Amino acid sequence: MVSVKLNKVSKYFGKVKAVDEVTLYIKDGEFVTLLGPSGCGKTTTLLMIAGIYKPTRGRIYFDDIDVTDIPPKDRNVGMVFQSYALYPHMTVYNNIAFPLKLKKLPKNEIDRKVREVARLLKIDHLLDRKPSQLSGGQQQRVALARALVKEPDVLLLDEPLSNLDALLRVYMRAELKRLQKTLGITAIYVTHDQIEALSMSDRIVVMNEGRIQQIGTPDEIYSKPANTFVASFIGTPPMNLIPCRVTSGKALECPGFKYVFEDEIAEKILKEHNEIYLGIRPEDVLITSKEDSDTEAVILVVEPIGKDLVVTLQLGDEQTIKFLTPSSTKMNPGDKVYLKFRRDRIHLFDKETGRRMEYIIKVGEKE
Amino acid sequence: MTRLKNLSRKMLPWIFLAPLIVMIILFWVTPVGITIFLSFTNVTYKNFVKFVHGIEGAFNYTLENFNKLLGGDPYIREIAMITLLYVGSVLSINAFYSLALSIAIVYFIRNEYLSTLMRVIWLLPRITPAVVYGFLWIWLIAPDSGPLYQLFAAMGIAPQNWLLERPYSQFLMIVVNGYVGASFGMIIYTSAIKSIPEDLIRAAKVDGASDFQIAKSIILPLLKWPMLFVISWQTLSLIASYEQILILWGSYGATRAAGTTVFAIYAWFKAFEMGEYAYGATVSLLLVAIGVVLIFLYFKIFGFHKLMQPSKIEV
Ligand SMILES: Nc1ncnc2c1ncn2[C@@H]1O[C@H](COP(=O)(O)OP(=O)(O)O)[C@@H](O)[C@H]1O
Ligand SMILES: [Mg+2]
Repeated sequence: MVSVKLNKVSKYFGKVKAVDEVTLYIKDGEFVTLLGPSGCGKTTTLLMIAGIYKPTRGRIYFDDIDVTDIPPKDRNVGMVFQSYALYPHMTVYNNIAFPLKLKKLPKNEIDRKVREVARLLKIDHLLDRKPSQLSGGQQQRVALARALVKEPDVLLLDEPLSNLDALLRVYMRAELKRLQKTLGITAIYVTHDQIEALSMSDRIVVMNEGRIQQIGTPDEIYSKPANTFVASFIGTPPMNLIPCRVTSGKALECPGFKYVFEDEIAEKILKEHNEIYLGIRPEDVLITSKEDSDTEAVILVVEPIGKDLVVTLQLGDEQTIKFLTPSSTKMNPGDKVYLKFRRDRIHLFDKETGRRMEYIIKVGEKE
Repeated sequence: MTRLKNLSRKMLPWIFLAPLIVMIILFWVTPVGITIFLSFTNVTYKNFVKFVHGIEGAFNYTLENFNKLLGGDPYIREIAMITLLYVGSVLSINAFYSLALSIAIVYFIRNEYLSTLMRVIWLLPRITPAVVYGFLWIWLIAPDSGPLYQLFAAMGIAPQNWLLERPYSQFLMIVVNGYVGASFGMIIYTSAIKSIPEDLIRAAKVDGASDFQIAKSIILPLLKWPMLFVISWQTLSLIASYEQILILWGSYGATRAAGTTVFAIYAWFKAFEMGEYAYGATVSLLLVAIGVVLIFLYFKIFGFHKLMQPSKIEV
């Protein structure tokens, strides 16, 4: 097992900056997820770590060894492709055995290893089949077996669960995570699914347009998004971003209401800004009495999602926000409600740069 | 009303097929019929005019041509050997060399310009009119003035008469026809190779395969059907092709000397140079027979269905 380091790695395809100056350190045995929307450069990053693509700029290290110029066959990585990429003309057995045959291992050793990994992944009864005779879930396991059989230093997984049905996906999340911890293997996992990322990862790397937006534990990513992109990408529904203007000192002029901070620090932080976003997650918006409220709003749409309701509200003339409330709450479109934002869960972002302002962190430290 | 509709629905495919059927009757069934008929006669240039005018007693029915073909003609053995050499060698260029080239162009030549250049080079003879292409070769190998001749002379290699001296002449026949035919295979192969998912190649690289191992273990097995298709198609067309030989050598005497008399050109010369129409027809009938046997063989091996989907790869 190794640690993986990317130092200012970029990959350009002509004018397209698929990956732009990515710097990243993945510890030995860590499970790190690259999370971001489609086209943000996740697969390209993986393929560079695998050695399929050569970075346009930057270096890649496994432990202290610079592998940037080493071809894939000498890197000892295992990779599971989104399409599984099983060799259609080979049986499951031969698919799994392929990396070992290329290593010229003795026949009996190949056989032992193939059967061992097949047992581990519960596909030992499928060894004689061709990939076309397998279900999606089985194909996925074969792809995983083929990646693991050579006992790689790094395991790369490119959206391995995205072609499975919902139930199997939830099951495989736990299974994959368990396998990775048992084997102690360094894993880099790519997904566009935030639930997958939040539930499986030691750390998450949020990417957008080829650039890293934030690196952090699932908790950090969720509770302290570094910018408006991360804030609006994570969470279902994502964080509300309400555009406000800083008026006097610690007061904000927001659509349909005024918001006044009570502490000094806010004043200090707000001083340097003019236009900001006030961010609040839907679950941090509470219904309250008129006296205690920060603002009032009108109910537009009510969507039940199991145990909760997602309620869309109108703030002022144009702004809408969403909030979550238990489905037992009575919510009728057209009704007026009084809202309170949980003070310690308010996020502030500079409107121009989208960057997080230090407000939350300071409040959190004080408590 | 519905009956009319049903009728027109049944008629529709036939209406679409009609031009094709007319073509087949006009250009395949009719000539084959005439060829069969002629091969059972003694029509030559001597009685040809009378024969064409339908004058009574102009010709006789005879099996003489078949006797000649199957024993009497002293050159048949040599012609059979030359045809075998021709079909075998050109086929290996068209089916196998072009495969190696296609794999190289699609996967392993990473320089965009170089691979485009190679594509163009191999496509050139196909888009050049056959006569121009043939005369280009005649110019290339022309004694004294031709560039190839001078090149060899400059390298100190004794100048040869490429056109007439064996084995150079036979080598020339193979190269000229191989070059012009390779593009067919390349077009089929490159499109088939491109339909192999990129991820398969990447997976093989990650699994530790070298370029050669990828070609051998992944690409070749997936190209089984396109390869069989190209081989069978090319065999059929090579057996019947003679235009470049005709352009380069032009007469029976020349091909005899050069050792480039394949069956197809032999039939042509017999009929149109020597006026042995009936015997020429018999020789070409042999080619038709070989062709038909091969077609049935291919259909049996591949199955009709698979042969009709040439570029399908087994995924
Ligand atoms: N081989 C390539 N040639 C040109 N552009 C590419 C290539 N591979 C990826 N790209 C572009 O790079 C960007 C990132 O792609 P990718 O890494 O596949 O994104 P993701 O995996 O996050 O969906 C996209 O804009 C994509 O169109
Ligand atoms: Mg991708």
